[in-house]
Amino acid sequence: MNALSDRILLKIEKPARYIGHEVNAIYKDPNSVDIRFCMCFPDVYEIGMSHLGIQILYDMLNKRDDTWCERVYSPWTDLHEIMKAEDIPLFALESQDKVKDFDFLGITLQYEMCYTNVLQILDLSKIPMMAKDRDETDPIVIGGGPCSYNPEPIADFFDLFYMGEGEISYPELLDLYKECKSKGLSRKEFIHEASKIEGIYAPSMYEVQYNDDFTIKSFTAKYEDVPSTVRKTAVSDMSNSCYPDKPLVPYIKATQDRVVLEIQRGCIRGCRFCQAGMIYRPVREKNLEVLKEKAVNMLESTGHEEICLSSLSSSDYTNIQELLEFLIEYTKKKHVNISLPSLRIDSFSLDVMGKVQDVKKSSLTFAPEAGSQRLRDVINKGLTEEVILNGAKLAFLGGWNKVKLYFMLGHPTETEEDMRGIAELSNEIAKLYYELIPKEKRIGKKVQITASTSFFVPKPFTPFQWARQSTKEEFLDKAHTVMGAMKEQINFKSIKYNWHDNDLSVLEGLFARGDRRLSAVLLKAYEKGCIFDSWTDCFKGETWEEVLEECNVDLNFYTHRERSIDEILPWDFIDTGVTKAFLINEWKKAHEATVTKNCKMQCSGCGALRYGKNADGQCVAFAGGNL
Amino acid sequence: MKVRIKFSKEGALKFIGHLDVMRYFQKLMRRADIPISYSEGFSPHQIMSFAMPLGIGDESVAEYVDIEISEHISSKDAIKKLNDNSVPEIRVLSFREIPDGKATNAMSSITAASYDVRFRDEHKPTFDVESKLSELMSQDSITVIKQSKKSETELDIKPFIYNVEVNDGVVSLLVSCGSVMNIKPELVIKALYDFCGESFDEYYLLIKRTEMFTGDKTALVSLNDIGKDIE
Repeated sequence: MNALSDRILLKIEKPARYIGHEVNAIYKDPNSVDIRFCMCFPDVYEIGMSHLGIQILYDMLNKRDDTWCERVYSPWTDLHEIMKAEDIPLFALESQDKVKDFDFLGITLQYEMCYTNVLQILDLSKIPMMAKDRDETDPIVIGGGPCSYNPEPIADFFDLFYMGEGEISYPELLDLYKECKSKGLSRKEFIHEASKIEGIYAPSMYEVQYNDDFTIKSFTAKYEDVPSTVRKTAVSDMSNSCYPDKPLVPYIKATQDRVVLEIQRGCIRGCRFCQAGMIYRPVREKNLEVLKEKAVNMLESTGHEEICLSSLSSSDYTNIQELLEFLIEYTKKKHVNISLPSLRIDSFSLDVMGKVQDVKKSSLTFAPEAGSQRLRDVINKGLTEEVILNGAKLAFLGGWNKVKLYFMLGHPTETEEDMRGIAELSNEIAKLYYELIPKEKRIGKKVQITASTSFFVPKPFTPFQWARQSTKEEFLDKAHTVMGAMKEQINFKSIKYNWHDNDLSVLEGLFARGDRRLSAVLLKAYEKGCIFDSWTDCFKGETWEEVLEECNVDLNFYTHRERSIDEILPWDFIDTGVTKAFLINEWKKAHEATVTKNCKMQCSGCGALRYGKNADGQCVAFAGGNL
Repeated sequence: MKVRIKFSKEGALKFIGHLDVMRYFQKLMRRADIPISYSEGFSPHQIMSFAMPLGIGDESVAEYVDIEISEHISSKDAIKKLNDNSVPEIRVLSFREIPDGKATNAMSSITAASYDVRFRDEHKPTFDVESKLSELMSQDSITVIKQSKKSETELDIKPFIYNVEVNDGVVSLLVSCGSVMNIKPELVIKALYDFCGESFDEYYLLIKRTEMFTGDKTALVSLNDIGKDIE
């Protein structure tokens, strides 16, 4: 039986978002399990269904006989209004049972701009938004994912956070829950016990005190048996770690309508702005044979017509060549497409691309992230102009004529010259095309260069976590500077330049490095109707400005201020493996524009070694990715 | 070889639209490893064509899709493989070889369809359906307003209603369907409500398609009977 009546389902957009019953969905008898777990991605179904992490955890938790893991996504605005007006409680897709009646509500936090959607989920579920107001009838609300590396702005809404990779501590947490339940322990007692498990952070077990200047004075555990730092968990043996053979297949087209094969976790590169590159350290590769088997199993069980490789930098995977050769051979027989991930452009990758894509239609992507070599050294992006131009040359000779370039504006130490460099590099690539390809051989006569810039948002646990973020007005000025420089280029007509929204970047920055005092801001924004903030059509810029003003939020304090390395940061109690000493050293090296070698070339002793030490005591990242 | 697949679509899946059913079948063919033929070209696609889309919210025990296969597979094996890999709400009922050629194409050859129409509990008609329907059918003509994309036209649908029966409150209709004249069951029931002077909403009805036919109205053959099982 559907939780929503036919009358509602026939009235709303895409009713398939709310009915479950997808291929490979797991159905269990609720009376046969001890734990009901509802996993949530706080965005619309098509986005949430595309997320790999939930597919992994859904598979893992459902392998337990005592647990039934189900899913819920954010009801779109049309249904939101109906549910509010008709007082309909939010329900899980599989059983269509009320979320409120579950034992756990797990919410993945992939981007800061989903925070008002978290409140929507709690509100529609009729779970008190503030954790302190919950009682024995409410589920344990647990957050996870990259944003939980600074959980403080949303700490008041969660009972627990999971720091790190879910594969490790969930079994222990669920066992503990079962034990506490059978002993008749209270919710509070369970939360207290759970806070002792590696990777689990219970905000209510800690106390924050502030200085007069608004910075943090102290962050301490309230009880002696609660650890003072929370240690991230990470999988060491990726090859034998759980991964679904039968991922869910939605009926409506999801953003990621394909098999996703995770080939490795982490990255050797160490770009100083990149949070993923730091929090997923060290790089851990999966065994080639395991990947081949998983690829075939998933294609057969889903019937998807496309497979894509997932990792932060696929070219760094040791056996990328063998893996792609296998996949090309297999998929050709089965009429399956390969969607290529971000590969470094060289003769090998161009050869592969030529085999799996229509060269005339596809484009090549480079992510220099900064316009000048000096600034690329500051951010530790190990990509030189020579490498880019060489790649472009090979590509143009191979028949490509579309190039996409990704940059960021607002990096620390950025000057006008660096911004102009974006236009100059774009022009150089266009120039190279016209020099290289004679008129009669040009497809569509012109080369098409698309340069895009996003605005830099400093993130916790990166060497740039202390950096000052530009203001909204500065961001816009920077974009205009680039545009101005573009117009001066000889090949301007071959270049398209676009930039991202600056409103969102400022809010993202606020919540990325915010503290516990920001929960009031989120509550107010939600009250005033802000949801789906990451959707341009739904984003209410003016409302947000009102809210910031009413709550007296000082953006100069939270975002437009360089922090001192002595300051206690809201997320300092988390231990990701990567040490603060390493981050400070990287922050200093950035100011000297000194490059740090990647993990395969030289171990920098960042501290992540403890998650991947091989028999010789070396870090897996240095030793080649495999244990 | 040209093959016709008959399937049902019931339960929660009545909310899945036609395009998504097409995508579902493309993936189902791969999961079940059916030797379906592909078109030529840089991005080959499965050779597959569906009969008459079903409205969102309607159920069916007689949907049809025609495919082309490149290798022999028996009907029994194919049905088993497809059902093993399908969700319970979509069941494959037959897998039969049909003669080659355009004339047998599922979409273009349809001439009629039958439906069972129920009334939702909260919207049971206040009049006696059986007697009112027979009264309506004994009229010389049944004029309705038929809405097309651009205009509204008056139409006598009586000649296109081939049979009407009422059993236990369920109205069974056999009506013209396809490219010549497509009569939706809602249209007939609306005519009945108009005839009784009652207001009507499509939401009152629960519709299930029970068969699709080809041929002249005096000698209708179900789309399923065109084919023969593959040994």
